[in-house]
Amino acid sequence: MTSLLRHQAYEEERLQRVAEKLPCRETQAGTLLSLMGQPQQYSYPSIFIYGHRASGKSHVMQVLLKELELPHATVSCVECVSVALLFEQLLLSFFGCDAASLLPRSPSLSDFVRIYRQQCSQSPAKQTRYIVMEKAELLRDTDANLLPALLRLQELVEDNVTIILLSEIVWDKFRPNTGCFEPLLLHFPDYSKGELQQILSQDKHPSYSAEFYSSYINILLGVFYSVCRDLRELRHLAALNFSKFCEPLADGKVKETDTHKLWRNIEPHLKKAMQTVYLREVSSLQWEQMQQTEEKETGTVRGLSAHTHVELPYYSKFLLIAAYLASYNPARTDKRFFLKHHGKIRKTNFLKKNEKTSNHLLGPKPFPLDRLLAIFYSVVDNRVAPTASIFSQISSLVTLQLLTQVSHDDQLDAPKYKCAVSMDFMCAISRTVSFDIVKYLYDFL
Amino acid sequence: MSKRKVKDDHMPVGECITQVQEVFRERFCCQKLPEQPEGVESQHKHLLELLKRTAVHGESNSVLIVGPRGAGKTMLLKCVLRDLLEEKEVQKNLLQVHLNGLLQTDDRIALKEITRQLNLENVVGDKVFGSFAETLGFLLEALKKGDRSSSRPVLFVLDEFDLFAHHKNQTLLYNLFDVSQSAQAPIAVVGVTCRLDVLELLEKRVKSRFSHRQIHLLSSLTFPQYAERVRTQLSLPDDFPDDKFAQDWNASVKNLCEDKSVEEVLQRHFNSSKDYRMMHMLLMLCLSRVSVAKPNIKPADVLEASKMCFTDAKANMLHGLSILELCLVIAMKHLNDVYEGEPFNLQMVHNEFKKFLHRKSSSMYNFEQPVIMKAFEHLQQLELIRPVDSSSAKTQREYQLMRLMLDHSQIMEALQKYPQCPTDVKQWAMSAFG
Repeated sequence: MTSLLRHQAYEEERLQRVAEKLPCRETQAGTLLSLMGQPQQYSYPSIFIYGHRASGKSHVMQVLLKELELPHATVSCVECVSVALLFEQLLLSFFGCDAASLLPRSPSLSDFVRIYRQQCSQSPAKQTRYIVMEKAELLRDTDANLLPALLRLQELVEDNVTIILLSEIVWDKFRPNTGCFEPLLLHFPDYSKGELQQILSQDKHPSYSAEFYSSYINILLGVFYSVCRDLRELRHLAALNFSKFCEPLADGKVKETDTHKLWRNIEPHLKKAMQTVYLREVSSLQWEQMQQTEEKETGTVRGLSAHTHVELPYYSKFLLIAAYLASYNPARTDKRFFLKHHGKIRKTNFLKKNEKTSNHLLGPKPFPLDRLLAIFYSVVDNRVAPTASIFSQISSLVTLQLLTQVSHDDQLDAPKYKCAVSMDFMCAISRTVSFDIVKYLYDFL
Repeated sequence: MSKRKVKDDHMPVGECITQVQEVFRERFCCQKLPEQPEGVESQHKHLLELLKRTAVHGESNSVLIVGPRGAGKTMLLKCVLRDLLEEKEVQKNLLQVHLNGLLQTDDRIALKEITRQLNLENVVGDKVFGSFAETLGFLLEALKKGDRSSSRPVLFVLDEFDLFAHHKNQTLLYNLFDVSQSAQAPIAVVGVTCRLDVLELLEKRVKSRFSHRQIHLLSSLTFPQYAERVRTQLSLPDDFPDDKFAQDWNASVKNLCEDKSVEEVLQRHFNSSKDYRMMHMLLMLCLSRVSVAKPNIKPADVLEASKMCFTDAKANMLHGLSILELCLVIAMKHLNDVYEGEPFNLQMVHNEFKKFLHRKSSSMYNFEQPVIMKAFEHLQQLELIRPVDSSSAKTQREYQLMRLMLDHSQIMEALQKYPQCPTDVKQWAMSAFG
């Protein structure tokens, strides 16, 4: 198989090795290689590579720079909370730790350029030096002069250096106000379904055949492709669920080629994975444990978020219900829902309920404490005295973040709250106290 | 053994291509100075005269070179300096200090840099000065020539001049212009900036000390001149080692520039920007397609390179979204159409999506709310939607108001190119009100 990567500066076998490590990315690697040119020649001062997550940007850069043994420095902008860390790392990679120690205490860009110039007059670049900066969108949040200066670094230090920025965000959102040196823009397109299949099938398990694994990948992609195309996530999901997929095979119930039965076995499991592991509601460790104990108990998976398994006392549940009703019903409709004899309802001032202004779409509204208590007393079956225990339950609901306090902490006499739970949670809670909440909601009239 | 120069020898193609790449990379990437800058002769003469008066006759001057980015200001200045330093007297006496607004962000740093570039660190030593003016005065005193008659002329070049105007009190600028007005020492202050309104940024006292001399580099190229310039930029120089190769190359470049499709491409580039930088980027991309197997530039290369330059980045990113995310984007588009650009939140988008599933869809599955939330957050991470205000503490995430940062036409264009888009989704997108 002839290599798709060809360049006169490097031998064929080397490029062949590079191409093997970069499946489905040969075109982009070829473009980069031709832009980089011969190692001793100059290259364009700055290149901006953009593309989705896990589309191979860092991987291609690393493989190219390492295999072709070009002098480079890779920096992730997430690590560089201060510019000093960035400068140190660059000087360290190119000139060694003596140069890095020349930096003063809190170096400015001016110091960095000065030391770089000194160092490169002693050891000029025989080959183009590459600086690869990952997650470059974080550079926008640092000093305003850093990004334009880095784009022009070749001109400022008068050395053969090229900056390569990798980011998920498009260049239009990076441009400073008065403009800057425009880098060359390169796009790394996303992988197609076939390419994803090809790459994921490379992780095959040694004790099973390649076709078996690729039929598994096919099923996995069928479930997850419409939701997620991130290669990393899919690989993680494939690794987690493979043992479950092979279970019927290990038990001897089905053969390798019985794809239909295997699919029937794994599909509900994958659907459950989408609701839990994919959302990181459960950790991967919990998921694996759960898979092993599944035959013994069929309890629901305990999610990581608080809302799935919180147990509230009786009055707290009613307080929460009252808070939900107060948030999502407009105040003028309280009379209709909560008074026994509310008389006639005037029709004239009622605006026709527009779908957009349905309160469930706009979000919860703040309500004062008095209104909450009024609704609470009318909702609870028996008579309740306003003791301190009721009020302390309200505070604990705020601590559990089921209610949010909207008013300032200083306001003690008329605090305002908002209800911060979803409809599904509310329905579950009200079912436990046999309260039909839908009947009391204005939006569902 | 004849010692003739190797000009007439034919090099192998690989060698030739390497040489070609070398020549052009120096021209496009590291901005090698041309012999004579084209189209700016009067500005060149003016600046050269001015700097000569400072360097030779000891007259203080200040001037600003103003022009949009990529117009060739730094190139002009470097050519003028190169021509200026050809005179022996100037070479012996003139001192240069190059400051850059991006690097010297503070007057203190700028002063240290001036000291360093004038090689006066030892002289200054540990002295402590009261004010900026004192320090500067001291530095200029120290530059007096041996016979104590007059100080050596100093040339101050300030790149990104507008950034110096943002320093506190504009101390550096005030002092430099002050020295240039008084008879203290012969200095020339040359500012280079891309802002046409740079004089508005200067304080009154600084502006009054400035000589108000500006050299503008506003390009007045016509399209034939532009095309001619492209041809000259792509031509090999006369001193190329292999004569025959150079002639073949130049001939093919001439044919290339006369090709109809290439002319259209160049017209498009000319209409969007006339400056050197965009031209160099286009030519660099064309050059990267030259290899041993294909040792010249074809019209298809130019078309490809132009497509790369003009590609819509956001549409490219839309191509990589999952189907669920794309449906959310279409739902947002419908919300924008119906409610005329008012901000929306996740609940509204989900509601819209559910209406679509209920009425028309056969291929999409009704996903749970958290899965939709994750897709929504992914769109936020890509900055395709943005929150209206940054206070996210008080509102729940589902109810935070957002705006769509995409245009109607971008979404429709992306849908056309989307791989294996289900037809009901496409029809939903194209219907008027969802």
